[in-house]
Amino acid sequence: MEAGPGEQRAAVAATPAARQVINRLTDRHGPLAFFQSGGCCDGTSPICLKDGELPAGPNDVRLGHIGGAPFYIDSDQYQRWGTPRFVIDVAPGAAEGFSLEALEGVHFVSRSPQPDDGRDSLPERAP
Amino acid sequence: MSTVEATVYAAPGESGSLVELKDRYENFIGGHWIAPTTGEYRDNVTPSTGESFCEVAHSGAQDIELALDAAHAAKDEWAQRSPADRAAVLNAVADAIEQNLEMLAVAESYENGKPVRETLAADIPLAIDHFRYFAAAVRADEGRISEIDNQTYAYHFQEPLGVVGQIIPFNFPLLMAAWKIAPALAAGNCTVLKPASPTPWSILKLAELIEEILPPGVLNIVNGPGADIGKALASNKRIAKVSFTGETVTGRLIMSYAAQNLIPSTTELGGKSPNIFFEDVMAADDAFLDKAVEGLVLYAFNKGEVCTCPSRALIQDSIYDEFMERCLARIAAIKQGDPLDCETMIGPQVSANQLEKIESYVTIGRQEGAEVLIGGQRPELSERLAGGYYFEPTVLRGHNKMRVFQEEIFGPVLAVTTFKTEAEALEIANDTLYGLGAGVWTRDGARAFRMGRAIKAGRVWTNCYHQYPAHAAFGGYKASGVGRENHRMMLDHYSQTKCLLVSYDENAMGLF
Repeated sequence: MEAGPGEQRAAVAATPAARQVINRLTDRHGPLAFFQSGGCCDGTSPICLKDGELPAGPNDVRLGHIGGAPFYIDSDQYQRWGTPRFVIDVAPGAAEGFSLEALEGVHFVSRSPQPDDGRDSLPERAP
Repeated sequence: MSTVEATVYAAPGESGSLVELKDRYENFIGGHWIAPTTGEYRDNVTPSTGESFCEVAHSGAQDIELALDAAHAAKDEWAQRSPADRAAVLNAVADAIEQNLEMLAVAESYENGKPVRETLAADIPLAIDHFRYFAAAVRADEGRISEIDNQTYAYHFQEPLGVVGQIIPFNFPLLMAAWKIAPALAAGNCTVLKPASPTPWSILKLAELIEEILPPGVLNIVNGPGADIGKALASNKRIAKVSFTGETVTGRLIMSYAAQNLIPSTTELGGKSPNIFFEDVMAADDAFLDKAVEGLVLYAFNKGEVCTCPSRALIQDSIYDEFMERCLARIAAIKQGDPLDCETMIGPQVSANQLEKIESYVTIGRQEGAEVLIGGQRPELSERLAGGYYFEPTVLRGHNKMRVFQEEIFGPVLAVTTFKTEAEALEIANDTLYGLGAGVWTRDGARAFRMGRAIKAGRVWTNCYHQYPAHAAFGGYKASGVGRENHRMMLDHYSQTKCLLVSYDENAMGLF
């Protein structure tokens, strides 16, 4: 897929474990899309929806794709967070909101590696 | 165990506990306890130890349809009841909660992890008062009449919407249920309620108390995953309004479903609330200064899991050292542990997910160069609590451009910075995506008023914080959501205006 307006190269990546879950969810639900959330409760989590469930708006930035799924963040939110690079990981315990991976008993996590650590992904955490 | 002697309440299900516990809880639909059509249940965990204490329904979309069937069957009769009748039902609900205040306080504390001293003093009493407030508000409500001319009148009635869908958060399970149920029912609607996944149970203990009081189908409660039943409810053609409290993406999703079905929505989506301390708070060493110190420490209220958590403290630089010294001493004295211990001031976070998120934010803060003034880690507690989701009350010093000042951490983590002038305080306060709450602390009434009007937030506490009395409107500016709660204006949110335009003129208009 071509880079959309505002899309930044490699601004988002997924750990191998997260990609496995994305693949499973894609098999089950069809094409997916991620939106980085803010605010209370489950805020600051990446929310995984069926692609098109929430139409991306004119103020969403597409940071890239993970496991074939576009990853969006609100542009104001992205700026205020200091345009971090995101690595999407997965951890045990069902997501608490509408995110699809809850049905698999896990939840996606947005991690932000240090800019100078030179790695594509952070080591996976022990449960 | 009596209230006076209690220091540690027995956990639900243990001998001597105030709270009866069943092994398994079904959905509450049409006044009955109905097994989920999925046949599935999931373990419900107390965050104080991380252990499961009961099972709750793990429902699917079909269970939402059953609840909507029950609500639609009940809606006409309920809507036609007089306001006095509906108010009597709400008052009876309030009485039932009051008679079981201590039991519900223990249940709420055990499931959510909030200290029982908070549920006894705040959550449950506020929930009781909320039902009474809307019972009174609907009795006192009246329509308006417009005189168009002396023979033409517009009579305005508020009519119920019908059946509404309500999705509540995990941080105040019973109080947020009351905030949503009371106005909806008072205005003559029936509701289908989806509790938050980490806290599905305490509301069912409330339902057990009031199942004989409410007509069947007026209140229906379905538990299960948001991805299945939250969507099935919020996007359903058979609801006339949807109300949601939670994070921003789901808030957008809810509003987008509402747009697709052409129905109204209200959303409350969080904040990053500034709490501003001007130098005159230290003009005297008196009760007010003591109150202001507590006002800063209130970031730890409900372990920081509050949409209005005063999570950014802005302190005038001339008093920073001395004021923070007092605050840090107060924070160091916070007792952390078993939420059912009346001495405990801070309990565990609601879930392992939340704990993990908080830890990651403290790491982000350190990486950004924030200084950890206190806390910053999981505490060492007794072996019995070792599996719980505890995090020490934490203070990070930094500046407002850091992520820990811009993102809602939803934990007991305070980000503190300084300002020189009132103008700078205002600039920092408003430099956020959100606008839910704010606090202003000063002995100068004119400054308090100026700041209060200039801060872009729906609620500005002035010389106080974290008070939630009914009759004080609550809701967000900016990205903190759309709509208000906690005020009689909610009757308007849960009704639609009928205008009867009546002519008393005997004569034709003369056009045809």
